[in-house]
Amino acid sequence: MPVGKMTSTILKTLGKKPSTRRYPSVKRTTFTGARGKIVIDLPGCIYCGICMRRCPADAIVTSIKEKTWSMDHFKCVNCKSCVELCPKKCLYMELEQATPSLKRTGQEPSLKNA
Amino acid sequence: MGKQTIIPFGPQHPVLPEPIHLDLVCEDEKVVDVIPKIGFVHRGLEKLIEKKEFLDFVHIADRVCGICSFIHGMTYCLAIEGVMNIEVPPRAQYLRVIWSEFSRIHSHLLWLGLTADAFGFEALFMNSWRIREHILDIIEETTGGRVIFGACKVGGVRRDISADKLKDVLNELKDIEAQMHECADVFLKDSSVKSRLKGVGILSKEDAYKLGAVGPMLRASGVPYDVRMSGYAAYKELNFIPVVENTCDSYGRCVVRIRELFESCRLIRDAVAKIPDGPLESKVVGFPKGEYFARAEQPRGEVVYYVKADGTKFLKRFRVRTPTFANLPPLLKILVGCQLADVPILVLTIDPCISCAER
Repeated sequence: MPVGKMTSTILKTLGKKPSTRRYPSVKRTTFTGARGKIVIDLPGCIYCGICMRRCPADAIVTSIKEKTWSMDHFKCVNCKSCVELCPKKCLYMELEQATPSLKRTGQEPSLKNA
Repeated sequence: MGKQTIIPFGPQHPVLPEPIHLDLVCEDEKVVDVIPKIGFVHRGLEKLIEKKEFLDFVHIADRVCGICSFIHGMTYCLAIEGVMNIEVPPRAQYLRVIWSEFSRIHSHLLWLGLTADAFGFEALFMNSWRIREHILDIIEETTGGRVIFGACKVGGVRRDISADKLKDVLNELKDIEAQMHECADVFLKDSSVKSRLKGVGILSKEDAYKLGAVGPMLRASGVPYDVRMSGYAAYKELNFIPVVENTCDSYGRCVVRIRELFESCRLIRDAVAKIPDGPLESKVVGFPKGEYFARAEQPRGEVVYYVKADGTKFLKRFRVRTPTFANLPPLLKILVGCQLADVPILVLTIDPCISCAER
């Protein structure tokens, strides 16, 4: 009966470095086209509200009257549909994901054109 | 008859990451009856469909399950494409097959790791998940997401994989396959694995069929049934043969999943060799009207999507039958008569995903 089939794998990996990273200090390189965090180039925005209506997580709130665009990054599910639907192409996605936070900031940051 | 004791199991349990509650009626160490309770994480998707546009709902269907997300999204798209009679371009069909199979490999490796963890084989658990990490990297490289692919849309796919990238993926897959062979060897030959899995949780062929088992649970009981045989997406062009085992026990289910890993690698290689050039999506015009059942094979078994549309941009009815839901009756069957110490392993052999069973 074969016992210790795992031994050869264990011996092989003993001399190697760990497969894991020490995360906050060593970060993984991102892939091109990865879905990270939504960023808006506000001067380009016309507040049409398409991103708000089509967001599956209801994370975006826009107001054409007050000329504001705000997004709750904790609600965002990184589907990238707003980036694809934006008629002015002023939304884009960073490769790095949003960092964790100690506070749930809700609807902030609300952005307003001067 | 000895004294009967009821032992509650779940929804929080050290080896069970899924929120299912089982009342185990035990006589000494033997389980004589099981009373299940689900509904801890109900999300009400059937109501949500009434206020989300049918094109956007694919993002929500993608998130029904955190492991087999791509196939959920794809089956929803198959259902809508069925209602609207949309012809999906061949390149998109092949890309769907490639991503489905990657999804299957990563889900099976996850299951193998969890099973190893459940019977206390920590090194094997870490090894399975180390290999899975390479698969996740390939998935992120090609789709943009690690477990939520988000690559499917009604009428086609959202992203393409270039020819160079496909070549790289095949090269990486070759290395990963060698590592998987090494890992599979431990599962198939090590005596400690065999002693925990062999002869445990017997589900006869008749019971598996009558109770409506699906996926590896059904195929390990000797029933050659796999929805991929029906040839959805591009499976009809890839000579798919289902993996079947006749041992009917937990070890058989493990063997089915291991053999499926290599079958998936074969399908990916074939799909990459045959993938045609062409457009990625067909245009969706108008709103759906009618009803449709779409079926697809997930790593856990057959998933069924039902949609009913009335010609507006919101669907009228929507229903998902996930494989875990179908596998609960067979689970209750195999739990009766087992030892209390085997319960975690047996619950794991159905590859439970209760969160997706409750929608």
